[in-house]
Amino acid sequence: MRRARSLLASLLPGLVSAAGVTVYVILLMSVESQAGVVALLAAGVLAVLAAARFGAVARVARAFAEQENYLNLMVILAVLAVTGFFYEDHFVLLMVTTVIVYVIACLGLNLQFGYSGVLNFAGAAFFGIGCYTAAVLTMNTPVPHLVVLLAGGVMAAVIGSLLILPVLRTRSHYSAVVTIAFSLLFKIFLEVNDTLGGPQGLRVAGMNVLGWEFNDDIEIGEDFEAAFYVSYAVVGLILLVLAFALVRRLERSWIGLNMDAVRLDETAAACFGLSIVRWKITAFTLGNFLIGVAGAFYAMMIGFIAPTNFTFGDSLILVSIVLLGGMGNPWGLVVATVILIIVPEKLQAIQEYRFLLFAALVILILLFRPAGLLPRQLRTYLPGWQPR
Amino acid sequence: MDVGLFSQYVMNGLMLGMMYALVAVGFTLFFGVMDIINFSHGDVLTVGAFAGLATYLGLVEIGVSWPPAQVAIVLAVAIVCTAGLGAIVAKYLVLPLKDAPALNTLLLTLMLGTVLHEAIRLFYPLGANPQRFPSLLPTDAYTFGNFTLRIDNMMLLLAGTAVIVGIHLLINKTKLGLAIRAVAQDSETAKTMGINFTLIVLITFAIGSGLAAFAGILHGLYYSEINFAMGLLLGVIGFSSAIVGGLGNIYGAIIGGFLFAALQTIGVLAMPFASAYKDVFAFGVIILIMAWRPTGLIREKISERV
Repeated sequence: MRRARSLLASLLPGLVSAAGVTVYVILLMSVESQAGVVALLAAGVLAVLAAARFGAVARVARAFAEQENYLNLMVILAVLAVTGFFYEDHFVLLMVTTVIVYVIACLGLNLQFGYSGVLNFAGAAFFGIGCYTAAVLTMNTPVPHLVVLLAGGVMAAVIGSLLILPVLRTRSHYSAVVTIAFSLLFKIFLEVNDTLGGPQGLRVAGMNVLGWEFNDDIEIGEDFEAAFYVSYAVVGLILLVLAFALVRRLERSWIGLNMDAVRLDETAAACFGLSIVRWKITAFTLGNFLIGVAGAFYAMMIGFIAPTNFTFGDSLILVSIVLLGGMGNPWGLVVATVILIIVPEKLQAIQEYRFLLFAALVILILLFRPAGLLPRQLRTYLPGWQPR
Repeated sequence: MDVGLFSQYVMNGLMLGMMYALVAVGFTLFFGVMDIINFSHGDVLTVGAFAGLATYLGLVEIGVSWPPAQVAIVLAVAIVCTAGLGAIVAKYLVLPLKDAPALNTLLLTLMLGTVLHEAIRLFYPLGANPQRFPSLLPTDAYTFGNFTLRIDNMMLLLAGTAVIVGIHLLINKTKLGLAIRAVAQDSETAKTMGINFTLIVLITFAIGSGLAAFAGILHGLYYSEINFAMGLLLGVIGFSSAIVGGLGNIYGAIIGGFLFAALQTIGVLAMPFASAYKDVFAFGVIILIMAWRPTGLIREKISERV
């Protein structure tokens, strides 16, 4: 009994915050008027600032660190709650699923430069490889669609492996140019290549798993009908949970420790017998795999892809998400993605100015909070372990 | 292929190379003094081109119609604008991040570039559309078979060469150049020798950004058209050129710029059936060169301190 009570006490801040955020997101999504959106956003910022001022944020962070398993479950429930609440609303569900896809892709990037320090400015290109793989496979072959997801990831990893040699041999700025060049090359290639649709792009078939057509609205009985995006949101959430668990486990394992060592000081890591090449290749390939899977899934949901979705600017958005969230912190990614994807969509008034404002926001954060919104914490090997 | 057409390609390649080299020299100057990549450079170039265009329209408005005066004033205003912009960027955005990880500066300047070209798109009258750039130079042309030599192109090439030679002299023969080289080599020692570090960084950024404005005007005069997004590709190409040449080395940047233009031209010449792939080819070769020479063609001297 006492154990249950103390468990509840340590969970409480996390539970309250998760419930609060869920309600807030639902409110934000349902508000139609621009004034309402602005007011809600302002209220949200004020609430977070006030919470930080009175130490509530620290308490929530501790609750998440101590009881991670329960609270992970809470977050999954929260996403399901939002999905369920808007079960008829195509636009909101599309946004929720887009956020999920971006988080998966950014988890891949996070492995690459959050943990191992391998710069990748071609995130959108690897995402695009996943998309185009899905398009070609679903329209021309009877490959099962779950396999298509894997194939998207594998393709991204395989094409990425072409870049491994230059990426390994170069450092900092020099390695940045390799991926930037690849990012531009990829988009130009797609635009001039006729077999892959050229500038017009390609159509992608909707997902179909074991006879379950994702692109049909869900009908249960006579009077219940849900938007087809619900299927995508649920499957996306499953993918996200898998990717998140993978990244989290890796981080906590000896592999993550080795990756951190490689990032922090290559020379020292090599002196301790770590193979720098091995960990950089692992991180780069695995990261591209995750990005590719996200791309394949996104392509099947959107149903249509074109080269303009995979520009250098889009790669930059992915990188900014990782940096804004706090390098190396998967939870930070989630928060940053929600902010960067949902706020511009909801604030139609700033739609025209959103790139400008968004870039200015990133500059301000880099100047005044360079570690990101949620800086990475020391790793906790055991739940409840506190660094002294 | 006959000689005339070939010369036409070479001429075109030289013009492109000149623009790339001018942009690349800016990148390499910034890297020299601060060890950072200033990715807003391409968009500073766009700002320079638009400042020039606005000045021209203003001059026409007040009745200055003598072309040499127009060219001189347009260039002067554009260079002063971007030089100021470069110094402001250095003072308020780059210097404060001196001790931050390289990725942060890279991202900050990339975002600044976005701010600049978005600002042009939104706030310049009809900024989202391509703008016609006036031809201010004499457009007489001499024709040799298939080859047309235009006077204005010749003047642009000569002017570009003069600027590059000027930069070379500035860096190697003046006291200011000595200070810039000292800061580039070892800023701590340079400070103890009484060099005003902040001032030198600001001046270097001003010089580099001024070069970008010059390249922007060159671009406008050559293509007779500018648009808000032209900086991104030019910036990335200039950056690749500087990197391929070897960062921090001015001659490397110039070689890199002409190399990239040569690659594009060769891409067109060697694969006439697939000339659309010229940029794919050029960037592919850049990646290969990076794999072969990880710190550029002229190697950067690296000594690792442990």
